[in-house]
Amino acid sequence: MKRLLHLPLIVGAVISLFPFYWMIIAATHKTEDLFTSSPPLLPGGELLNNLRRLEESIGFTQVTLNTVGVSLVYTVLSSLLSAMCGYGLAKFRFKGRGFFLAVILATMMIPFQVLLVPLFEMMASFGWIDTYQAVIIPFLANAFGIFLMRQAFLDFPQELIEAGRIDGCGETRIFYRIVLPAAKPQLAAVVIFTFIGQWGAFLWPLLMLNTEDKYTIPVALSTMVGLSKVDYSGLMLGSFAATLPIMAVFLFFQRQFVSGLLGGSVKG
Amino acid sequence: MGLRKSRLTAWIFVGPAIALFAVFFAYPLVASLVQSFQTDDRGETVWAGFDNYSRLFGDELFGKSLINTGLILIVQVPVMTVLALIVAQILNQSWLKLRSGYRIAYFLPAVTTLVAYAIVFRVLLRADNGVMNHLLGYLGVAPIDWLHDPFWAKVALIASITWRWTGYNMVIILAGLQSIPKEQYEAASVDGAGALTTYVKVIVPQLRPVILFCLITSTIGTLQLFDEPYLLTQGGPDNATLTPLVHLYKIGFEQLDFGYASAIAWAVVAIIGVLSFVQFKFLGRRE
Repeated sequence: MKRLLHLPLIVGAVISLFPFYWMIIAATHKTEDLFTSSPPLLPGGELLNNLRRLEESIGFTQVTLNTVGVSLVYTVLSSLLSAMCGYGLAKFRFKGRGFFLAVILATMMIPFQVLLVPLFEMMASFGWIDTYQAVIIPFLANAFGIFLMRQAFLDFPQELIEAGRIDGCGETRIFYRIVLPAAKPQLAAVVIFTFIGQWGAFLWPLLMLNTEDKYTIPVALSTMVGLSKVDYSGLMLGSFAATLPIMAVFLFFQRQFVSGLLGGSVKG
Repeated sequence: MGLRKSRLTAWIFVGPAIALFAVFFAYPLVASLVQSFQTDDRGETVWAGFDNYSRLFGDELFGKSLINTGLILIVQVPVMTVLALIVAQILNQSWLKLRSGYRIAYFLPAVTTLVAYAIVFRVLLRADNGVMNHLLGYLGVAPIDWLHDPFWAKVALIASITWRWTGYNMVIILAGLQSIPKEQYEAASVDGAGALTTYVKVIVPQLRPVILFCLITSTIGTLQLFDEPYLLTQGGPDNATLTPLVHLYKIGFEQLDFGYASAIAWAVVAIIGVLSFVQFKFLGRRE
């Protein structure tokens, strides 16, 4: 009886994983062979040819390096800002604190598309179109990250902070040495969320970047869809390559990821 | 530490983030609100009063996008939440093997790169010789034109969103379940309560904040739905998968009518606010 419960679970898992499996299948076959009356369901031997074509058509190595660079810079800066702001909101009293907290929560309810047009005009007036700062800077302050870090710091004992001050530690030193290490799991969750978010970011980079050799992976892949003869094998290979690092990050850090989700949702 | 110094320190920590919010969030937000009361008159920006907003009421496509959204809210959100509740409940059984394996499998869709996911679904759902139709063929189902038939496009959209987000909600619910003390289950079973009674009387009330969180985020996510309909069907066929934000994007970035696009955006914000408030009111804490 108990074993029977695996049956629906396995069906669900197969549905969840099949699209990933099929990316691998398609990435190792020729496009012509994908849409026949008997599509392949096992891996083939065309992987290297598809990779070579993908390198020629969108400069896959360059595009990947761009994505890695943008994602890393964004993740480091944004996570640091989230941790700092979260700490300030959790552990200091100052005028306007309640107001800022309310604004930060409200930003999560505002669709990003509301800001799209004015932000686009702003980037144009800064002369930032087709630059990476336009991709990175406008979204550095991340409401979700700040909120998660604030929740993490709320429980941190005030006495430890005071003890640090009595020992003559500067405020930044207290933050880096005493407070931040205690919130490692939540910080890890914020880092993972920000990285995954930026790695897959699509609409904003699409609007900002115009030069092909500056594209990120999602933008480059989306340009392949519009072509008259779509290279589906290449697309699936690119899609899989885009998903692989995310899977790795997730598998490696999934405990922090889950505890981070929990921290953001259930605690007061 | 003096009060003044404390305030100064606080600003060192919160200042950078708040400055960024002010420039890249507050300013564009106000700008879009202003824009929603303006219109373009032969190349010149002029005040339009509430014209953009009253135009919403006569806009058939906007109405259609709201109906589509309502349908997803009524069908997809409850189905997904119930599925997530069931799977979480099963995965919370400590005797079950492979629990973390299942959890990873179910959660993976939520972290997939959006464009990759959209592309693979478009390929899987192709009408002629697509893999989905091929697999359904084994069950004797005739080929379905998933992305070009108004009814099936809606089904495909709902199925895709469910595929992507069920695991995410399941993990949140599972985390909530694990925070319920074991003694409470035991106390209920000593009282002679059956499994279902235990679930309804003991577990559901404790899960209330978690379920509320899932419902509110799903509602906001549905009203802000853009990625799937834009990348899978461009809101078509015959606007069967048009959502308010796809409509907004077309008005703003294809017709370049920024004033009206801003009015749509603010209408969506208002609807999100009202729905979140209602859910909070009815499902939030009772005491």
